[in-house]
Amino acid sequence: MSLRRFLHGLPGVDQVGVEQRAAGLATRSIKKASKLQAIDTAIGLVDLTTLEGADTVGKVRSLCAKARRPDPERPDVPRVAAVCVYPDMVATAAAATAGSGIDIASVATAFPSGRSTREIKLADTRFAVESGATEVDMVIDRGAFLSGQYGRVFDEIVAVREACGQAHLKVILETGELVTYDNVRRASWLALLAGGDFIKTSTGKVSPAATLPVTHVMLQAVRDWHTQTGEHRGVKPAGGIRNTKDAIRYLVAVNEVAGPDWLTSKLFRFGASSLLNDLLMQRRAQLEGHYSGPDYVTVD
Amino acid sequence: MSDRLSVAKTYKLYIGGAFPRSESGRSYVVRDSKGGFLANAAQGSRKDVREAVVAARKAFGGWSGATAYNRGQVLYRVAELLEGRREQFIAETAASEGIATKKAQSTVDAAIDRWVWYAGWTDKIATVLGASNPVAGPYFSFSVPEPTGVVGVLAPQASSLLGLVSVVAPVIATGNTAVVITSQDRPLPAITLSEVLATSDVPGGVVNIVTGRTAELAPWLASHADVNALDLAGAPESMRAELEGAAADTVKRVLRARATEPDWTAQPDMSRLRAFVESKTVWHPMGV
Repeated sequence: MSLRRFLHGLPGVDQVGVEQRAAGLATRSIKKASKLQAIDTAIGLVDLTTLEGADTVGKVRSLCAKARRPDPERPDVPRVAAVCVYPDMVATAAAATAGSGIDIASVATAFPSGRSTREIKLADTRFAVESGATEVDMVIDRGAFLSGQYGRVFDEIVAVREACGQAHLKVILETGELVTYDNVRRASWLALLAGGDFIKTSTGKVSPAATLPVTHVMLQAVRDWHTQTGEHRGVKPAGGIRNTKDAIRYLVAVNEVAGPDWLTSKLFRFGASSLLNDLLMQRRAQLEGHYSGPDYVTVD
Repeated sequence: MSDRLSVAKTYKLYIGGAFPRSESGRSYVVRDSKGGFLANAAQGSRKDVREAVVAARKAFGGWSGATAYNRGQVLYRVAELLEGRREQFIAETAASEGIATKKAQSTVDAAIDRWVWYAGWTDKIATVLGASNPVAGPYFSFSVPEPTGVVGVLAPQASSLLGLVSVVAPVIATGNTAVVITSQDRPLPAITLSEVLATSDVPGGVVNIVTGRTAELAPWLASHADVNALDLAGAPESMRAELEGAAADTVKRVLRARATEPDWTAQPDMSRLRAFVESKTVWHPMGV
């Protein structure tokens, strides 16, 4: 009961305000050397993701090769932060990234809908961790959240947190289904209270996925969590971030809303599959002085 | 009595089937041959060129994959619409090029006829440029022409409509998509052509039209790694070597320009149709 009182006691989000602030910060111009630095920072924050029914061992291996060395002709390109796969691909990914320091993130808990029993969700999580996942991306039960059963969502996150053991836990709120910014703020706090190391916007399977205003609200939550408890928690926007311009807008938001401390792969990630292609093409455009194309950079 | 104010037109770019303003927000004054004010046209930037290339690449799959017959029909329909805008083209060509109305009429008619001529070629190119190749053995080998890809076109500087049509039509007739930098000082017929294309059945992105300073935009087009070929028809003579060099870095097919602008009214031959196709040869392990 006090959980409900706390979540509903959170200040409401000024919808117009947050959207205007997000749009205003998005107009900031980042050029030349700063842009190059932003691109390298963004590459180092990518969770290179493949979550398709058609994923094969071969595809995951080639994804891992790209994660280790995103642009083989330019060894100074930083590696990505992690690869993100389904639980049955974790062992493959772990073997293919061994020794590189790249984290293995696995979605779990009946991703993407989260519609299954507690036992199955926990078994899913344990399987991922035992296979070698160092990070688990769980989905919350949106149905329970929207019908006000906050305790149930909270308990589930706590249980998954326990099943994770040493692995980091990212809690996917699926903001596209939460309808209002107020709900996003409540879900963010709920996930932080329950012990999530990261709060993540979306599964990437629902539209709209990550948006700048939603990410603003979530960044405010981790910032306020830090001021109140001194702990650093992370944010991961996922889905719909496809080009360099978008990525840089998110970096600006992180810097302005949460602070420069958050510009590290420990506290901020991009969940994306095609973003890396554009980052690499833009990086080449900056260095070579002309626009690059898919004949020169892998576009997959 | 007529005291209404006429609606002044805002001239914009044509990229991906839409009419955006230049990303740079710039515009420049277009003057007639006597130096009088004609219009303010959008002054495209390198980023507009980049967006145009992205749009052209996106459109390439659909356009090159359409049947030759279908492409012919689509292009013929463009000719129908050109005919409908005949008066407007005559007025703009006359004003831009400083020619008499009578001459402008014959130029516009020639441009429409030129478009029809190229529209007729779409389903004949494979027959003329393709071949079944004689091979020594019981095998079968044949070659077919395929479009090169995204073609950067620097439109002729002097002939603002007939020249433009003469370079753009063959590029798209063979299944390529085009990014066109218009004549710098005479862009109006090209802008009107973009309105024709937008209301025709040509899919958005097949032809993208950027107005602005040729010397500023051409190097970005020539060096862009996702452009497959370059038509130098309207390149300033002093820049041609530099543009060819930039194109060579990414192994583009380059169609060189003659020292002076050719007489566009002359009956065309197949050279422009042949310029932007690649031969694909298939070897069958068994003859028929």
